[in-house]
Amino acid sequence: MAAIELRNIVKVFSDKRRGRDLLTLDNINLDIEANDFVCLLGPSGCGKSTLLNIIAGFEQATSGRTLVDGKQVERPGSDRGVVFQQPTLMPWLTAIDNIAFHLKLKGVAKAERYDRAMEFIDLVGLRGFEHHHPSEMSGGMNQRVGIARALLMNPSVILMDEPFAALDAQTKLEMQEELVAIWQKRRCTIVFVTHSVDEALVLGNKIVVMTRRPGRIREAVNFDLPRPRDITSPEFNDAKRHILALIREESTRLAQAS
Amino acid sequence: MTSVTDVSPARPAFRLTRAFWGIERLVVPALLIAGWEAFARSGMLPPALLPAPSAVLHALGDWVFGFDETTQSYSGHWLRDALASALRVFGGFALASLFGILAGVAIGWSRLFEKTLEPTLQMLRPIPPVSWIPLAIIWFGIADKPAIFLVFLGAFFPVLMNSIHGVKTVDHNLVRAGAMMGANSRQMLTDIVLPAALPSIFAGLRIAVGSAWMLTVTAEMVAVKSGLGYVLWDSYYFLRYDIVLAAMISIGLLGYLSDLGLKAIMARTLRWQQTTTVQGRAG
Repeated sequence: MAAIELRNIVKVFSDKRRGRDLLTLDNINLDIEANDFVCLLGPSGCGKSTLLNIIAGFEQATSGRTLVDGKQVERPGSDRGVVFQQPTLMPWLTAIDNIAFHLKLKGVAKAERYDRAMEFIDLVGLRGFEHHHPSEMSGGMNQRVGIARALLMNPSVILMDEPFAALDAQTKLEMQEELVAIWQKRRCTIVFVTHSVDEALVLGNKIVVMTRRPGRIREAVNFDLPRPRDITSPEFNDAKRHILALIREESTRLAQAS
Repeated sequence: MTSVTDVSPARPAFRLTRAFWGIERLVVPALLIAGWEAFARSGMLPPALLPAPSAVLHALGDWVFGFDETTQSYSGHWLRDALASALRVFGGFALASLFGILAGVAIGWSRLFEKTLEPTLQMLRPIPPVSWIPLAIIWFGIADKPAIFLVFLGAFFPVLMNSIHGVKTVDHNLVRAGAMMGANSRQMLTDIVLPAALPSIFAGLRIAVGSAWMLTVTAEMVAVKSGLGYVLWDSYYFLRYDIVLAAMISIGLLGYLSDLGLKAIMARTLRWQQTTTVQGRAG
């Protein structure tokens, strides 16, 4: 049984102001195995974030079935950790309180909450900043808190929606390396949405290329280049050429259609 | 190579500005009072119509400490009068805060309350609180109750409006994050929506405390026989404009102090906000 099963997912947004419907996801079928690091790759507006939101339970598919660990997704829940594009931390809580927020909601006593959160503070390298508020930290540090917050729930899958898009190039590289290290250490299933071919190739062992709206799956590429990955190696560039060709094919097809 | 961190030449200028910022609050009031005193002493208006600041200060001093009975029956009774007003302010404001926040959060969060409760409240809102005075007197008589009722009416709506706004403008991604971490609907309200709405709720409370003082004084002029507003209106009948002005100053001072207190509570509660706001940087 796959960790995540998407069956015939269709999503139509009704644009009430313009009185028309917008087909965003068109019959998506995808199986994601446990401990996979899957990158959903596609241009802006292809519905990749919508697909992630459907798995997270934030949005409902118009039709189709979404199963996580064999259970139908109906609402958001702590079995699926989400890392948002913006850190989306509670601004009134310190780093450690944000990370331990899930435990607070479960009624765990403060001493134990802090005890368990410290492990994740260390994991994302934020020791010394545990009592800082989000406004006192950089974007990269806040995003680390967001990742630690999702990991602490020990979810079966982690859903990430372009979490590094707002970071500068250098911080982005560091965060990508750290994320891979965390994934290797903790063996969890990650679905990572991105529009960057390089990012997908650095991170994923399965890259799902999506088409422009309406979003369909163009091809799911398995990519098992050993890590750490050398982005200048011939294998890396072969894969990149292949994916870029898929994307280019897509835009030529669109240009001819119009 | 010279050190770029050497700032010693700038020091004396820095000290001067510091000294200036210590007294800058006093510059405008001092000029106003000096001008007023000079005008009052020039004799262009009879002293009974425009008492000089010195005369007002004298009246205020006697009202507070009762040293020479210039203020006759009020002499030495300031604390009693101020306390009477302050208790009405506090009573009405506390009730308004409680019900304003409760109703505001309910309306902001729940469609049901928005549809059932809000239209009625919004219809009551444009009615000036003072127009309730006749009804307040026949319902509650002449005592503390009509004043507290008026203060409640004046303070309730700013708290209500800002609480609704605060809840309605909570970032929906925070709500999503809460749901992702397993918050139930009660926790969503108490642990996410309420703290996120606090800055807006505090803005409402600060407007409300100002309205509370205004309405206490209004009520005391008409419906109550004690407090600063009553002294103000009573002195007007006896042509004691020095006491009228002393009462006005007392009200202004107490209103300012209540706002200062509220601001201090707000600064403590919203400490997390301080580094990101203009207010935080200035303080």
